[in-house]
Amino acid sequence: MPALSSTMIEGKIVSWVKSEGDVLSKGESVVVVESDKADMDVETFYDGILAAIVVGEGETAPVGAAIGILAETEDEIAEAKAKAASKSGASTPSAPPPAPAPAAAATPAPPKSTPAPAAPTVAEGPRKTVATPYAKKLAKQHKVDIESVVGTGPYGRITPEDIEAAAGLSPSKKNVGLAVVVETKPAAPAKAPAASAAPSSLPPPVPGSTVVPFTAMQAAVSKNMVESLSVPTFRVGYPVTTDALDALYEKVKPKGVTMTALLAKAAAMALAQHPVVNSSCKDGKSFTYNSNINIAVAVAINGGLITPVLQDADKLDLYLLSQKWKELVEKARAKQLQPQEYNSGTFTLSNLGMFGVDRFDAILPPGQGAIMAVGASKPTVVADADGFFSVKNKMLVNVTADHRIIYGADLAAFLQTFSKIVENPESLTL
Amino acid sequence: MHSICFQATGVPGSNYIFDSCSPALAISKPINLRFCGLRKEAFGFSGLTHSSSGRVRFSSRGHSKKVSASAESNGSPPKSFDYDLIIIGAGVGGHGAALHAVEKGLKTAIIEGDVVGGTCVNRGCVPSKALLAVSGKMRELQSEHHMKALGLQVSAAGYDRQGVADHANNLALKIRSNLTNSMKALGVDILTGVGTIVGPQKVKYGKVGFPDNIVTAKNIIIATGSVPFVPKGIEVDGKTVITSDHALKLESVPDWIAIVGSGYIGLEFSDVYTALGSEVTFIEALDQLMPGFDPEIGKLAQRVLINPRKIDYHTGVFATKITPAKDGKPVIIELIDAKTKEPKDTLEVDSALIATGRAPFTNGLGLENVNVVTQRGFVPVDERMRVIDTNGNLVPHLYCIGDANGKMMLAHAASAQGISVVEQVTGRDHVLNHLSIPAACFTHPEISMVGLTEPQAREKAQKEGFEVGVAKTSFKANTKALAENEGEGLAKLIYRPDSGEILGVHIFGLHAADLIHEASNAIALGTRIQDIKFAVHAHPTLSEVLDELFKSAKVKAAASSHGPVSEPVAV
Repeated sequence: MPALSSTMIEGKIVSWVKSEGDVLSKGESVVVVESDKADMDVETFYDGILAAIVVGEGETAPVGAAIGILAETEDEIAEAKAKAASKSGASTPSAPPPAPAPAAAATPAPPKSTPAPAAPTVAEGPRKTVATPYAKKLAKQHKVDIESVVGTGPYGRITPEDIEAAAGLSPSKKNVGLAVVVETKPAAPAKAPAASAAPSSLPPPVPGSTVVPFTAMQAAVSKNMVESLSVPTFRVGYPVTTDALDALYEKVKPKGVTMTALLAKAAAMALAQHPVVNSSCKDGKSFTYNSNINIAVAVAINGGLITPVLQDADKLDLYLLSQKWKELVEKARAKQLQPQEYNSGTFTLSNLGMFGVDRFDAILPPGQGAIMAVGASKPTVVADADGFFSVKNKMLVNVTADHRIIYGADLAAFLQTFSKIVENPESLTL
Repeated sequence: MHSICFQATGVPGSNYIFDSCSPALAISKPINLRFCGLRKEAFGFSGLTHSSSGRVRFSSRGHSKKVSASAESNGSPPKSFDYDLIIIGAGVGGHGAALHAVEKGLKTAIIEGDVVGGTCVNRGCVPSKALLAVSGKMRELQSEHHMKALGLQVSAAGYDRQGVADHANNLALKIRSNLTNSMKALGVDILTGVGTIVGPQKVKYGKVGFPDNIVTAKNIIIATGSVPFVPKGIEVDGKTVITSDHALKLESVPDWIAIVGSGYIGLEFSDVYTALGSEVTFIEALDQLMPGFDPEIGKLAQRVLINPRKIDYHTGVFATKITPAKDGKPVIIELIDAKTKEPKDTLEVDSALIATGRAPFTNGLGLENVNVVTQRGFVPVDERMRVIDTNGNLVPHLYCIGDANGKMMLAHAASAQGISVVEQVTGRDHVLNHLSIPAACFTHPEISMVGLTEPQAREKAQKEGFEVGVAKTSFKANTKALAENEGEGLAKLIYRPDSGEILGVHIFGLHAADLIHEASNAIALGTRIQDIKFAVHAHPTLSEVLDELFKSAKVKAAASSHGPVSEPVAV
């Protein structure tokens, strides 16, 4: 699911232009997705065959979720289909299709022959699974296998609350609202206490506090940060002498070059020599080496945080890079960044030096191997080997990296290279 | 049955002056033939013409305030009739015909065997719109996210089922009494009892258990309407398996209701039930939901009215057997594949609503006495609503309007047909152009349409050899819609680029049912796009959606040289 705007966190499929089995060529429209602004045609970046559609028309999926599987060759189609089925989870029940039919025919018989069991019983073995429309929708959305859920609704049907419980979600507020009907339905009082039980586990709010829900962007950031908790990270710090860099900056500033561009270019050049720091671990068991070095730079915009990406930062010269950077910042401020322009980063740079911060730890964004946190460059008293004092501008650089792919030595070596480039910055202007 | 209902709120006095410049008369042609809505080109006119500056001219033939009937065209002496016109059925069609007949000076009687107002007032348009109004408000109040976008907070909106049911019921009663009073006030005789045709120009009526009365009339209009159609195999118990008649009483709000049929009746009820907290499952025989709508509108409607709501559906299936809930079991619905007839699935729900269309109510009308045989229950008529007998001949002085003839089963179509018949019997030929009659579906957002759908237009274009143009605008571009945070909507115009003729307009969005009339009026009057695009629309209003639509059409023909309809008024 592509992010069609910077504020989009989930999208709805309007229609599939191509169907399963169609051959796709790069650049062709495959599906129409609804964003908050308009319906957009989404193209494929690869040739191949649309092996399976995971999210169908009218369905919603979060940004980044797989909506379809593309197979490169015909042979891979079956594999792709299996992958799609396992992703959607609920759709293919393990019991073969003929089984539910005789079970359905059997259900009218048992209630007649067995006088003992009461009508609203929990779903028993051969009984057909009955689920309400909303329960089915929720099951698909939260990837719950509906066959495995025990129904607690009337006549043993699976209710939305059952799905929510199975997915580990607290029941939605809607039920509480509708329970406030004048006419008392037997089920309603039971629902209300259950719903109110869930929120009471949180600590009571401090008096005088106000609750402001997340905007879409803030929710996206929060989601990313929580996701990063599953990655094993470690941090390495390095002091970099920036006198030479500062001098260079003074020289190139009038030509429109910013410190960000200088640091990004330095990082890119260092990464070119240490490709493992530019890689990422997507599936937990392999290195994904990126052929491009795209430096994402964290930018604070009002109420949010976004990371516009300088693509191929090692290949562009400093002036071009600065110009690109300026364009990207403007677009970011106007909320007009294209998805390509903020989610294609392979390495991130975050700079809080302008606030006077000397060092900080950055959180690793999902999908990347490392992030570099840069502090302010401060005049510092240093002693050299012979015991002489001097004052040099020192900048503390701290890199957080994914230890599944980047080891201590790799990171230290990278930082050493980075530091050498920054301390001899003539190479930056090449 | 789903349209803006004909409402009369009491016409004062019984001396209804027949005014020559009354706006009730439409523009007439000097040849005394009024074809509502056909292109002027058919008469050799190039655009709207008027013989005088802005004032409406009318034909002077055939109007009489006299009570007795005018001379018959075949020269035989006039028999004396009890009435000039008898209408069987006091529903919307009959009522519309009755009012117009009195305006034309005809002595009129209307026979009603049940309640005045018929289906529309008592079991259709009126109560359903009351329920939809409630469901619309309920949906708005419960949409926290919608409210928050406007900066509002609403805590736990709830409803009282009896209160809602009472609102619908009271409204029906009120409109029923308004209709009755309006007819009484005009001097229409309301005869109570079931009406039957016993012979040419002769009707008998009477209540069960009482002796019959026989009345004669120069002309008879059959306006007996329709009833909900229940397919074979479906057992209706009025409590758990219901039709729209029961549903509108809102005796209960089930947790889960299956709606058989996804046309506008089914769709409107799904709107009501989901707003009140039920979950809905649609059962549709055809492969597409909402088969009657323009496919593009249908798709958008599905995205907005079905997918995000607690609704799922089964298409391409018939419900062969529906058993009401009893003995602690739920309602059981057996589904078979519509094509292969193989059993497909069984549903267990709390309630089932049968919305598979309406069947004409023509049993016991005595049609055999005038040699007329119904076709699937419908009375065969020609384009002038004249009844046709088994030999294919017109039955003189007998007309049939509304749902009973099946031409266009909408309340306002019935009354328009009634008016058309009255025009004819008072000496002015009239053929109603059904393509100019709008239709609406009162879901939230509403859907409305007039004229042809895009596939129908393209088919016609291929046959007749012209090009079809399609223009579309989104409500997202409309200031008023955005101010209300109701930008979800689409308006679509299907037209002929060579002449500027409007072939069809379809709207899905806020107040679509009201907005369509600009288009339906244009079609009725033959107004072309190149002329109507100069009309000014107030800002900011939703009507600008149509303004945008007309302005975005690419018409090759030039604007009419006669300019706007009336002379410019200096303000």
